[in-house]
Amino acid sequence: MNQHASTATDATDEVVQYLTVNLGNEEYGVDILAVREIRGWTPVTRIPQAPSYVLGVLNLRGAIVPVLDLRLRFGLTREEYTATTVCVIVMVAGRQFGVVVDAVSDVVDVLPGSVRPVPDMGTTVDTEYLKGLTSVGERMVLLLDVDRLLQPQDAQILEAALASSEAKAVA
Amino acid sequence: MSKVDLAQFHKAFHEESLDGLDAMEQALLALDEGADDPELINVVFRAAHSIKGGAATFGFADVAAFTHVAENLMDEVRSGRRPMDKAVVELLLRSGDTVRDMLSLSMAGQPAATAESQGLLAELSAMVSGVAAAAPAAARAAAPVEAIEGWDIAFRPFDYLLKTGNDPARMFRELAALGPLQVSCDATALPALADMDASSSYLGWTLRLDAGAKRAAVEGVFDWVDGDCDLTLTPRIAVPVVEPVVAAPVAAPATAAPRAVRDVAANTEASSVRVGIEKIDTLINLVGELVITQSMLSQFHDGVDPGQLDMLRQGLAQLSRHTRELQESVMSIRMLPISTVFNRFPRLVRDLAQKLEKKVVLDMRGETTELDKTVLEKIGDPLVHLVRNAIDHGLEVPARRLAAGKGDTGTLRMEAFHRGGSIVVEVADDGAGLNRDAIVAKAIQRGIIASGDGMSDDAVADLIFEAGFSTAAATTDLSGRGVGMDVVRRNVMDLGGTVSIRSTHGSGTTFTIALPLTLAIIDGLTAAVGAETYIVPLVSIVESVQVKPDAIRSVAGGGELFRFRDHWLPIVRLYDVFGCEGPRRAIDEGIVIVVEGEGTRIGLFVDELIGQQQAVVKSLEANYRRVAGISGATILADGAVALIADVAGLVRLQSRRKAA
Repeated sequence: MNQHASTATDATDEVVQYLTVNLGNEEYGVDILAVREIRGWTPVTRIPQAPSYVLGVLNLRGAIVPVLDLRLRFGLTREEYTATTVCVIVMVAGRQFGVVVDAVSDVVDVLPGSVRPVPDMGTTVDTEYLKGLTSVGERMVLLLDVDRLLQPQDAQILEAALASSEAKAVA
Repeated sequence: MSKVDLAQFHKAFHEESLDGLDAMEQALLALDEGADDPELINVVFRAAHSIKGGAATFGFADVAAFTHVAENLMDEVRSGRRPMDKAVVELLLRSGDTVRDMLSLSMAGQPAATAESQGLLAELSAMVSGVAAAAPAAARAAAPVEAIEGWDIAFRPFDYLLKTGNDPARMFRELAALGPLQVSCDATALPALADMDASSSYLGWTLRLDAGAKRAAVEGVFDWVDGDCDLTLTPRIAVPVVEPVVAAPVAAPATAAPRAVRDVAANTEASSVRVGIEKIDTLINLVGELVITQSMLSQFHDGVDPGQLDMLRQGLAQLSRHTRELQESVMSIRMLPISTVFNRFPRLVRDLAQKLEKKVVLDMRGETTELDKTVLEKIGDPLVHLVRNAIDHGLEVPARRLAAGKGDTGTLRMEAFHRGGSIVVEVADDGAGLNRDAIVAKAIQRGIIASGDGMSDDAVADLIFEAGFSTAAATTDLSGRGVGMDVVRRNVMDLGGTVSIRSTHGSGTTFTIALPLTLAIIDGLTAAVGAETYIVPLVSIVESVQVKPDAIRSVAGGGELFRFRDHWLPIVRLYDVFGCEGPRRAIDEGIVIVVEGEGTRIGLFVDELIGQQQAVVKSLEANYRRVAGISGATILADGAVALIADVAGLVRLQSRRKAA
C-alpha cells in the first residue's frame, strides 16, 4: 500500500474516468474521453474481406462507421444480437468505430498510479489490447487499449499487399 | 501601440493577391494581342497597387518593394509616357510570375527576395529610369545598387496630406533609420498666421541621405503618400564600378530557385472556395422554406385527423421538394466555372508558341460551364498535357502550314459543355493530325501490338494512351518524354471520366474528355446479392442480360465465360467475390450486368436488379479502410448502409485472378 501511495504521487494526480463495460463475468474500462455515445444494437451492413470480429458498418448520422464485437475480437462467441445488446461508439485518432459489448455498467475514477501491468495469464483477453488493470473496491477492471482494437497495422499490411498486386496486374 | 495579430489575414491576402495576379495576367495578354483599352491598363495597375499595399501592411517588405517598381513602370504606361509595347508586356508578365513565387515564399515564412526577383527588379528599375530596355541582360548586370552612395530627396506634400493621416516627421524618422539624414525645411509658402489653416501642410523639405540604401527602400518610406505630394528622388552615384561578372553568381542560384518555389507553392494551395452571394441567398431562402414546412408538419405530431390528410400530403410533398432543392443548391456551392482552369491557358499557349516559333490562336468556349471543385482541381494537369501536346506535336510551324495549303496561324480550340449527365471538355487543333504509320511502327517497336493490319483508325489512335508511348522524333523539354497520354488517361479515369481521340490526317486532332458533374453523387443501379444490397455505378454499365446455362463456358481454374455479342466475357459472381451470405443462385436465376472498367468488359452476376437511385458517396476509409472491389458506401432510403461496387477494381481483381 505504501508503494501504491508513492507511485500515485509520482505520476500526475489527475483522475482518469473510465466507462466500464461487461463481457461475460469480466469488467473492462474504456477511457471515457474516447466514448462518443452509447446506443442499442441495430443491424449493420457486412463488409467483404473483413476480419470476423468486424461485424460491418452502420450509418451514424450520415457517417459510415465500422462496428466490431469485443467478444469476437477476444475469441469468444456471441449467441445473439438483441435490442439490449449495447454498442459503444468510440473515437480514436479521428476515426470512429463501434464496439459491441454485453452491457454498460459504470463510470469509475482511476488514479493513474493505481494502474498495474496485466500479468500475462488468467484472462480470456490477449494482453496486447490492455493498458493495465486496476481495482475499484472489490472489483477488478481491465483497462482497454482502444487504439489497438481495430489494429491499423492490419490495414496497412493489406493495403501494401493490394498495391503490389495491383502494380503486378498493371504491368 | 496595441499589436494586432496580422497573421490571421495572411491567407486572405495571399488568395486575393493571386486573384489580382490572374486578372493582371489576363489584362496583359489582352494588351499583348493589341487590345487598346485604357481600362485594361488600369486593371493591371490596380492589381499591382493593392498587392503592394497589402504586402507593406503585412510586413512582406520584399514583395512590396518589388511591386512598387513594377507599379512605377505601369504608371508610366498609364499616363502615356511610355507605349505598352511587347517588351513592357513581357517584363510585366514575368514580374507577375515572380510576385506569385515571392508571395508563396512569404506565406511559407521564407525570405521572398530571390536571385531571380532581384535580377528582374533590376530590369524593371532600369526600364523605369530610362536605361535602354533593348539590352535587359546588360541592364541586369549594370544596375548595381551598390553604386549608389546617397540620395537627394525633394519632398513637398500637397496641402491636404496631413488629413490623410500621414505624418512627415514619422517618414523622416524612417529615413533616418536607413542612414545619416540631413533635413532642411522650406517654409517659404507659409502664409500669415491669420490665414493659416491648422490642418493644412505648407512646408516642403529637402533631405540628404548619406547611405547607399536601395531605391525601393527609400521609396518604400513614401509609399503611403504616393500621389499626395511632389517627390523627386535623385541618387548620388559614386564612380560606377560595374563589373559584368556580377551576372554569373546571379545566374547560378536562379536556376535552382524555381524548384524550391514550386515546392512551396504546392503546399500553399488554396483550400477555400469562393461562393457567389446569390448562391448563398438561395440557400438561406430554401432553409427558410424548410422551416415553414417543418412547422406546418409539426402540427400533426399528435396524430392526424382524417380531414387533414390532404394538408399532410401537401406538406410532405413540399418537404420533399424543398429537400431536393436544398440538396441541389448545397451541391452547387462546390461547383465552379471551368474558367478557373481555362484561365491559365492563354499564357501557356502564348509562351509555348513563342518558344516553338509557331503561330497559335486560342479559341476558348463555354468557360462558364460549372464543374465540381474536386474535379476542377484534378483536370488542370491533364489539360495542360493535352494543350502542350497539341502545340508541340499537333500544330505545324507556319512554313509547313502554308505548304499544306492552310493559313500560317494554327487554331487551338478548348471547349466545355454539358452532354447528358456529364461535362465534356474538348481540346482540338487544326494541325497535322495523327500519323497512323508512325504510331503503328512505334507500337510494334515497343511490343504493344504485333501488327497494325486490320486495326481501325480509332484503335490505332487509342495506342497513344499506352504507357511509355511517344512518337516525337526528338524529345523536347515541353513534351515527348513518353509519360504523357497514359497519365492523362489515368487521371481522367480516376475522376470517373473517359477520354477519347478523333483525328484526321492533315486536318487536326480532337481530344474529348467526358467527366461526371460531381464526385459526391453518383447514379447507381441497386442490385441484390444473396441477402445483401450493392450499388453498381450507372456510368460503367453497358447492358444487363439474362444468360442461359448453356451459353456458359467453364474454363480451367473455375472461371466462367459467356458470349456477349462477339466476345467472350468473364463472369464475376459478386456473391463469391464479396463472400455474401444467404442463398447462392444458379446462373439462370439471376442477371448479368455487363460493365466496363479501364477499357475492359466483364459480366457481374447478381441475383436481381432492384432499381435505380442516386447515391451520395460516403467514404469507407474515413473510419475504416479501403476494401478491394468497393469504392465507397451510401445510405439507402431506409437508413441502412449499402456498399458501392468499384467496377475498375473488380476488373483488376478479375485480371489478377486470371494471371494467378
